[in-house]
Amino acid sequence: MSNWIEIAALDDIPRLGSRVVKTDTMNVAVFRTRDDQVFALKDECPHKQGPLSQGIVSGTTVTCPLHNWKIDLDSGCATGPDEGCTNVYPVKVEGGKIYLGLKTDEAAA
Amino acid sequence: MKQKLVLIGNGMAGVRVLEELLKLDPERYDITVFGAEPYPNYNRIMLSPVLAGEKTIDDIILNDRAWYEENGITLHTGDPVVSIDRSHRKVVTESGQETEYDRLLLATGSNPFIIPVPGHDKEGVIGFRDIADVEAMLEASKQYKKAVVVGGGLLGLEAANGLMKNGMDVTVVHLMDILMERQLDHPAAEMLKQSLEERGMRFLMESQTSEILGDDRVQGLKFADGSQVEADLVVMAVGIRPNIELAEAAGLHCERGIVVNDTMQTYDPRVYAVGECVQHRGICYGLVAPLFEQAKVAANHLAEMGIARYEGSVTSTKLKVTGIDLFSAGEFNEQEGDETLVLQDPGAGVYKKLVVRDNRIKGAVMYGDTLDGTWYFQLLRDGTDISAMRSTILFGQHDLGDAGHGDEHRVAALGDDAEICGCNGVCKGEIVDAIVKKGLFTLEDVRAHTKASSSCGSCTGLVESILASTVGEGYDAAPSKKPLCGCTEHSHDEVIAGIKEQGLKSMDAVRSFFEWKNPDGCAACRPALNYYLLANWPGEYHDDPQSRFINERAHGNIQKDGTYSVVPRMFGGLCTPDQLRAIADVADKYQVPEMKVTGGQRIDLFGIKKEDLPPMWKDLSSAGFVSGHAYGKALRTVKTCAGKNWCRFGTQDSTGLGVKLEELTWGSWMPHKFKLAVSGCPRNCAEATIKDFGVVCVDSGYELHIGGNGGIKVRVTDLMCKVESEGEVLEYCGAFVQKYREEAHYLERTAPWVERVGFDYVKQAIVDDTQQRKALYDRFKYSQQFAQVDPWKAAAEGKDQHEFQPIEITAA
Ligand code: SRM
Ligand SMILES: Cc1cc2nc3c(=O)[nH]c(=O)nc-3n(C[C@H](O)[C@H](O)[C@H](O)COP(=O)(O)OP(=O)(O)OC[C@H]3O[C@@H](n4cnc5c(N)ncnc54)[C@H](O)[C@@H]3O)c2cc1C
Ligand code: SF4
Ligand code: FES
Repeated sequence: MSNWIEIAALDDIPRLGSRVVKTDTMNVAVFRTRDDQVFALKDECPHKQGPLSQGIVSGTTVTCPLHNWKIDLDSGCATGPDEGCTNVYPVKVEGGKIYLGLKTDEAAA
Repeated sequence: MKQKLVLIGNGMAGVRVLEELLKLDPERYDITVFGAEPYPNYNRIMLSPVLAGEKTIDDIILNDRAWYEENGITLHTGDPVVSIDRSHRKVVTESGQETEYDRLLLATGSNPFIIPVPGHDKEGVIGFRDIADVEAMLEASKQYKKAVVVGGGLLGLEAANGLMKNGMDVTVVHLMDILMERQLDHPAAEMLKQSLEERGMRFLMESQTSEILGDDRVQGLKFADGSQVEADLVVMAVGIRPNIELAEAAGLHCERGIVVNDTMQTYDPRVYAVGECVQHRGICYGLVAPLFEQAKVAANHLAEMGIARYEGSVTSTKLKVTGIDLFSAGEFNEQEGDETLVLQDPGAGVYKKLVVRDNRIKGAVMYGDTLDGTWYFQLLRDGTDISAMRSTILFGQHDLGDAGHGDEHRVAALGDDAEICGCNGVCKGEIVDAIVKKGLFTLEDVRAHTKASSSCGSCTGLVESILASTVGEGYDAAPSKKPLCGCTEHSHDEVIAGIKEQGLKSMDAVRSFFEWKNPDGCAACRPALNYYLLANWPGEYHDDPQSRFINERAHGNIQKDGTYSVVPRMFGGLCTPDQLRAIADVADKYQVPEMKVTGGQRIDLFGIKKEDLPPMWKDLSSAGFVSGHAYGKALRTVKTCAGKNWCRFGTQDSTGLGVKLEELTWGSWMPHKFKLAVSGCPRNCAEATIKDFGVVCVDSGYELHIGGNGGIKVRVTDLMCKVESEGEVLEYCGAFVQKYREEAHYLERTAPWVERVGFDYVKQAIVDDTQQRKALYDRFKYSQQFAQVDPWKAAAEGKDQHEFQPIEITAA
């Protein structure tokens, strides 16, 4: 079952930036676009597990810092000729707070 | 409702427009395509290898029918358009279909020219243009023996070669005494003829066909001088005529081709035209590279971006006959006043000629060894001043490039499993495969699909050669103008000038002034713009961390496992026991998994967790260290040697001077990384002559060297001048750094920069022009006020906390 966990205020993430959310089992990268949309992906590039949270965000994509794959934030999939996807997690913003939707077993060990 | 776009001509240029358009704006149009041929879009230039039996029709399909479907494009094949009704904006096909358009794109290509001599319409007389022609030739080769090809140009020779490969006896009839006279000069043409003769091809030079003999089917040819030759198949390859019939009938202004302006519009602004059917600034092109440039421009306007211009192309040619290497570009026949550089080695079958005017390449012809053709072509198009490399230029680029790849220059001779890209482990076979199967034409495409040459770039030359040898001259060596990135049509220089002249002080201002396609820019242009703004407006522009590559945002090198490395600055490589103890303590405290002395004379601590960075920096900064910027496009290290204080040969205090130089320059952001060194005597233990700025001390003063690089392409510095005092060294160094900071392109190190703008230009500004030097030095010192802020200390004190602190959650 999945539940919404408050993780941070929207302003804790810079525009066109990201934060890493550490759960007991993995890292999630939470991104904020220029127009305040928020997306959450597993912090692992489909190529060689590069930390997507450390990439440059533009539009609704992030460029992986290790070998420049461009990942679509909405689908979690690589764009262009590259192929592969990473997990996408539900997020929402309410009252200036960001909530991440994780299944119980994803949040805890 | 979507607008309707109709494309007439399902060939190489037209479909390329659609591909470009789909990239820019896939949703704008309902697209309908009419093609006279019964096939989806294929790679026409590959018909020669198909004829020669080296490829099949399936290999050369560029976009299969599924592609049209996936992109919502309606395709009608085998049904040519017979009229255009411009007043009702619709097209009518042979079978009677009518389709309306809002915009129309004409790409009808051209028709082979059949000389209208008596008998030209006999069975067995054909052109060489499409799949049907190739099938007719293959069919004929099964039944008949004797083929005559009229026309000794590119197409004719490729046809002749193909027919020969299919077992026919082939005679080539040519009007001139030089084969491929539009691409070759006399010596190269003779070498070509000889080697084709060795393969069994026969030539009738200076022969004018006057009649085609035979009953229903051709039996022979008669010439103006009365002589005759037997033939069961005649292939006419004497030239092409732009296919303008349809456009003319529709009342569009045509001369030799359909006349278009720089935005690829015909006289009717709703009607665009691209490809061999058009005439632009008086020229009709017959090769794909210029057509692809046209296609880009047409797509840009169809997407209503309205910024691209087509300004004409210089073309280059290669002959696609396996085993024959031939390249030609530009004005290869010299005119009065031109100089020619020639290398001729008849024994090895090599001939190279460059036509040079005002120290710039105007044309090139090469035979036997064409590996450097693409390089010469690039120099030609960029108008590069070649005076510095004149003496070796004919020996090729391997003198300058592809270091570390040894003798692997003969790409054509390499096996499929030869590794081309050492960074990404890509072999030749994979590259060729991708080029053929995916229909790739540009270096960018190959990089995107195979990753070859997308990392350190040292194999770029090899990849370009593979591309060139695989697709022939369809390969576009480089667009005539290189845009800064995919978000814009503008070049680095235009953007730098715009920032200065228009007083643009934010990234949004730059992007809106230059009409960027993506409002946020991309991972390529954001760091560049951030740098240009920072360099132009010191103290005014506020750095944007979100536009920096992670290394510069986190002030450390990201490692493959996501940890970081930490390199404290050790000015001039000097250190004290206390400093070493402090580093050792830090390493113990944070359980640093590995330490190493770097090639830059300081210590690297590897494998640091991101959240440990700020506290570690705090400890280092209380011990007196600042960041070493080992991660930045910035001043890196100043290497020094022992120098006068200790060394029995030392002439000056190289260590002390190194420290002063590092104190002057640390913290400065640059277009790329920047390295300095000071050696105490010409033995040069600090390797100053492969640094961006190197000082070699001599008894009477200091030699200043610039533009060296010890990395991917080793480049030895140029000696700029000699000065007498340490004060002058600092001033010249600061001025050189500032000149580079203000004018180089982002990610261009001093070595390629000095080569691009010319050593004399730089020397003039720094050495000869005292006023300019002083002004540059002042500007450098001014900007350093804002730059010499230690980012580690700032972060340790709490700046950009969010960058380093993860958010931790556990199950509720
Ligand atoms: C740490 C060090 C190797 C060492 O242990 O000695 C090193 C490590 C890296 N070098 Fe280097 N270079 C190091 C000295 C050099 C030198 C030698 C020197 O400076 O005397 C060179 C050749 C000299 C030169 O630059 O002209 C060198 C030429 C390169 C190049 C090729 C640059 C070029 O213009 O051709 C790259 C790639 C690039 O910058 O794009 C590179 C890139 C890298 C990167 C940053 C790769 C990356 O982008 O992640 C490496 C980071 C490793 C890591 O994970 O932390 N490194 N690198 C050296 C750090 C020196 C320092 O104290 O700051
Ligand atoms: C054998 C051969 C080898 C070549 N080798 C090279 C090479 O190595 N390098 C190079 O750069 N170039 C080469 N070329 C030239 C290159 O193929 C052409 O420049 C290029 O294909 C032109 O593109 P296009 O779209 O203008 O015309 P095309 O590709 O010819 O496309 C035009 C299409 O429009 C169709 N059409 C015409 N009229 C109508 C109508 N009324 N209704 C519907 N459809 C219509 C035609 O059937 C055709 O399919 C070669 C050409 C040939 C024939
Ligand atoms: S440290 Fe330098 S040479 Fe070594 S692997 Fe990394 S980039 Fe290559
Ligand atoms: S790990 Fe992301 S691009 Fe290689």
